[in-house]
Amino acid sequence: MSEYYQKMATRARERFQDQLQTAHVEHGQLTLTLSSPTHLLSVCAALHDEDDFRCEQLIDVCGVDYLEYGNGSWQGPRFGVVYQLLSVSLNHRVRVRVLVDGEPPVVDSVIAIWRSADWFEREAFDLFGILFEGHPDLRRILTDYGFIGHPFRKDFPLTGNVEMRYDEAKQRVVYEPVSIEPRVNQPRVIRHDHRYEGLGADEEKFDA
Amino acid sequence: MPEIRNYTINFGPQHPAAHGVLRLILEMDGEVVQRADPHIGLLHRATEKLAESKPYNQSIPYMDRLDYVSMMCNEHGYVLALEKMLGIEPPLRAQYIRVMFDEITRILNHLMWLGTHALDIGAMTLFLYCFREREDLMDMYEAVSGARMHAAYYRPGGVYRDLPERMPQFRPTKYTNARETAALNEARQGGLLDFIEDFTDRFPGLIDEYETLLTDNRIWKQRTVGIAAVSPERALQLGFTGPMLRGSGVEWDLRKKQPYEVYDQLDFDIPVGVNGDCYDRYLVRVEEMRQSNRIIRQCVEWLRQNPGPVMLDNHKLTPPRRVDMKQDMESLIHHFKLFTEGYVLPEGEVYSAIEHPKGEFGVYLVSDGANKPYRLKVRAPGFAHLSAMDEMTHGHMLADVVAVIGTMDIVFGEIDR
Repeated sequence: MSEYYQKMATRARERFQDQLQTAHVEHGQLTLTLSSPTHLLSVCAALHDEDDFRCEQLIDVCGVDYLEYGNGSWQGPRFGVVYQLLSVSLNHRVRVRVLVDGEPPVVDSVIAIWRSADWFEREAFDLFGILFEGHPDLRRILTDYGFIGHPFRKDFPLTGNVEMRYDEAKQRVVYEPVSIEPRVNQPRVIRHDHRYEGLGADEEKFDA
Repeated sequence: MPEIRNYTINFGPQHPAAHGVLRLILEMDGEVVQRADPHIGLLHRATEKLAESKPYNQSIPYMDRLDYVSMMCNEHGYVLALEKMLGIEPPLRAQYIRVMFDEITRILNHLMWLGTHALDIGAMTLFLYCFREREDLMDMYEAVSGARMHAAYYRPGGVYRDLPERMPQFRPTKYTNARETAALNEARQGGLLDFIEDFTDRFPGLIDEYETLLTDNRIWKQRTVGIAAVSPERALQLGFTGPMLRGSGVEWDLRKKQPYEVYDQLDFDIPVGVNGDCYDRYLVRVEEMRQSNRIIRQCVEWLRQNPGPVMLDNHKLTPPRRVDMKQDMESLIHHFKLFTEGYVLPEGEVYSAIEHPKGEFGVYLVSDGANKPYRLKVRAPGFAHLSAMDEMTHGHMLADVVAVIGTMDIVFGEIDR
């Protein structure tokens, strides 16, 4: 499978030239990272229409906030949007990643190419505050009506900012600042020791 | 001439046919739906964010609670992602056990779907039949993991423990006397595999029973044939997977097309629909139950003949045996490290997908080399299906909305996450 994707990565590099920053295969999966969000629509349209790729399905759209990546060692734009594509006719998957910066970060909506982008983009907007230009109905989807903030950003606390309860006297639900103390049971550590050598995880790593 | 205006009604979130906490805003023209706007998120627990704050293994129980009617399949998707990242492969016996329990879970899920779908459309009997069989399947869950639903049984590197040699027994209570208890225990005299085999012997006959009630039933057909028909092209556009896609006639099953574990060594067929309506999706799912039954039988046979380890012996990733810990210092250290800090995954990203009973369940994992995921994204099949609600109900009657909700097989645990 890995070989197949290597060939496909080469094809993608030839086809998209400098629209791609990298095209690399990892764990037998192909990731195309775009050099700029402006190329998103043209690359996606090509992946959908052209016979080499024929990705009929958009399986998933995922927002990523790289703020604390590698304990803050991330160089480059803060946000990423990752599209998982699937070709049912050719039986392969392609992952497209676009990195964006700015407040708010803005990328083009791919809803004209894949209808299923609708809710996935609403979700990424809701949780990360990424705006999708051209989306006809960009509303919050998972959080509460009137929610403030974008909860999956790394600078949003795990406990949230407000808590709610029913107030007997006021006869309605009231929102108050959270009373829970944030705590960390297991600290987050990045290790580079030799515990995991020989597990074969690095075998297929290949960069171009 | 009186002025005729569209009427907006609110459906749910406490409606019994809303399958949980779906709130629908329906714009009606008389009794015909013009627009359906699902409001979701009432069960949003930020599972993905919680997972970011915990070592990898501690998130496995969260996966059970995503789609809470097909628990082990969710675990499977997550565990596969971890294994792909670590570059490990569980022992063959563990792979067979996983496949067997995936298929048990598929039956569990489809029975729940069939029962509630039929109940929504007005067939009460089937609901009771389906739940009767679900009871046996949950006993299998209990025998192997100790929990009837939230099993946390799959672990990276295998499964938590081997299949038990002896099934748990019923004891007489003040409601059941000794004779009745003995009848209940009759199938439970052997080990788990015997119990499962007994079930697979009975089950095809039970499916025939359900089909007698529904397949040629005039009322059932009136309520499902031609309702919410989706063409294959639209199904692909809308991101459908699983039975929803196959009901529209696209032959796509990850178990066949991108086989994981030992699915490529098992013999089974993929049912495909023709018209893409609720009735076809019903037929597809019923046939899937029969195929799952076939797979389970093959697994039982293989597992009988091939004893062996069910977990990798690499104690950097899997817990050491309790007995070893009493004597061996290194085992004790491994245990301590594993349950406090966990293990780290190499830097990178991976997407792993499995054929969940509802469709493609995917886990996208980004790791920066830490002992916790940097970002975990769960791709829930129901999320994509529900987003097509507006398109599927457009132009149908209000009563058909319930049929459409049923045919999507939605469970809010996975949609809201």
